[in-house]
Amino acid sequence: MHPTSQDASDARIEARFRLDWPGFTLDVDLKLPSRGVTALFGHSGSGKTTLLRCIAGLERPSCGRLAFKGKIWQDEKTWLPTYQRPIGYVFQETSLFTHLNVLGNLRFGLQRSATAQRVGLEQAIELLGIDHLLARKPDTLSGGERQRVGIARALAVGPEILLMDEPLAALDLKRKQEILPYLERLHDELDIPLLYVSHSPDEVARLADHIVVMDEGRVVADGPLGETLARLDLPIRLGEDVGVVLDAMVGVIDSEWHLARVDFAGGSLWTRDRGVAPGKRVRVRVLARDVSLAVTDPGASSIQNILDGRVESIGDDEHPGLLLVRVQVGSSLLLARLTRRSAAQLGIAPGLPVSVQIKSVALME
Amino acid sequence: MLTDSDLQAIWLTARLAAITTLILLLIGTPIAWWLARTRTWWKGPIGAVVALPLVLPPSVLGFYLLLAMGPHGPVGQLTQSLGLGTLPFTFWGLVVASVFYSLPFMVQPLQNAFENIGERPLEVAATLRASPLDTFFSVVLPLAKPGFITAGILTFAHTVGEFGVVLMIGGNIPGITRVASVQIYDHVEAMEYADAHRLAAVMLSFSFLVLLAMYVRRPKPAKGR
Repeated sequence: MHPTSQDASDARIEARFRLDWPGFTLDVDLKLPSRGVTALFGHSGSGKTTLLRCIAGLERPSCGRLAFKGKIWQDEKTWLPTYQRPIGYVFQETSLFTHLNVLGNLRFGLQRSATAQRVGLEQAIELLGIDHLLARKPDTLSGGERQRVGIARALAVGPEILLMDEPLAALDLKRKQEILPYLERLHDELDIPLLYVSHSPDEVARLADHIVVMDEGRVVADGPLGETLARLDLPIRLGEDVGVVLDAMVGVIDSEWHLARVDFAGGSLWTRDRGVAPGKRVRVRVLARDVSLAVTDPGASSIQNILDGRVESIGDDEHPGLLLVRVQVGSSLLLARLTRRSAAQLGIAPGLPVSVQIKSVALME
Repeated sequence: MLTDSDLQAIWLTARLAAITTLILLLIGTPIAWWLARTRTWWKGPIGAVVALPLVLPPSVLGFYLLLAMGPHGPVGQLTQSLGLGTLPFTFWGLVVASVFYSLPFMVQPLQNAFENIGERPLEVAATLRASPLDTFFSVVLPLAKPGFITAGILTFAHTVGEFGVVLMIGGNIPGITRVASVQIYDHVEAMEYADAHRLAAVMLSFSFLVLLAMYVRRPKPAKGR
């Protein structure tokens, strides 16, 4: 997402932690990119929040090593306490100081941070749209407003990395929809890395560039979002959320039929026009359950998006009656969920040319 | 109206209670903070010792303090070697005794207030670059303010109501150790019931007003957290 050519060796986050609690062990060894949004993804209890807290210094693992852009935050000899780490942290539930108003909360970190600048505060206020709330007390704000203030407060200290622990988890769907656009702005406008803990595939698909999948205190997969989601051997159950995310660009708007054409590396897809201007970069999420395969020309169909592809590989799905088929379309990969029976009847095998029919796609700005 | 000796006793009582409260704010705060935060097994025994004056007869507490502060007790030897004489039957002896006597009334409300704040605000402050000491003054103190007010009022009022410990440690010296509760006792002993009534009414009104102030300003239940 952020095409820069920084020296990769010291522009990185290296984290190795081992932490033993009764009934839970965190054991990770990770190298994280220092740009863009990295999602720490997993079911609850997978250790993703604990990992984030270790990085923030809020947990002190029995042994570990943490280096941020070449600087040691933790090793056998070193322990940088949380208040000396150049981080911003957003907690899951509201964490505003109730004895201060919104502006007081925003200024709390600002006054104590050497790297913070006046401009940073104004930028954070503008970015999160909380200008009109500054004089209010936290207990007069809605849940969504509080979380926006919490994010702005974390940004106002001028952090070198932003850590977010499921910032949307405590909010209902409507509040989530209210905050997501602000998070997408962060993704587009911040040039610091962002670590985002989430158990929501939808949030991850919208926000992340890189994903770390965790299960039972271990990292079970990590890599660029598109590649990782297209893996057949992802050792975590996603259920109906199995699918891929494609980077695309809005090509043409068909105003007669209210459709937009998005072009990705491998073809084009038509989707409902949501008012995104041509030339704009977007993400397209294609769920495996919305993709079906045909071996002969299907002829007339209500499905608008039919692409030529080739079966790349076949993997098991969660249910014994189902299969996941990975299909190469141009240079992109799609996943299709099929029943074993239909796969057998169609003779699906690696290398087979297929028509890929896509019933629906989700466009994400 | 109140006699001069009554007024003297009231003034002495107020001074004793105020000084005791101030000293306990300084001593009780770190003890309460430690009790609220520690996870060592010492928490139990130390907490119990702090709470002892709640259940101990004041005469027992006074007796031990008298022994300790007397000429042959460890505290007495220390004060004598410092050239301060011995503490029993002096105003400062009363202050020391009151500090012990009222300790739980300061520590327990503060400990509750600190425990109610929880871990989260401290973590938030750390992520906003506040050192632990800075956090204590800029986050813990303001959030625990209601607890401090409660603790201060209770300590002051409890010290005002002290009687048994005063008799053991301070005796009954006008202007030095004769506090209001002892003065009432004197009036009754001397069959001056009218004088006893007046002073008792003052004490009753004072106690009621203090408790009223506390209950009226008790914070409303938090909403929509």
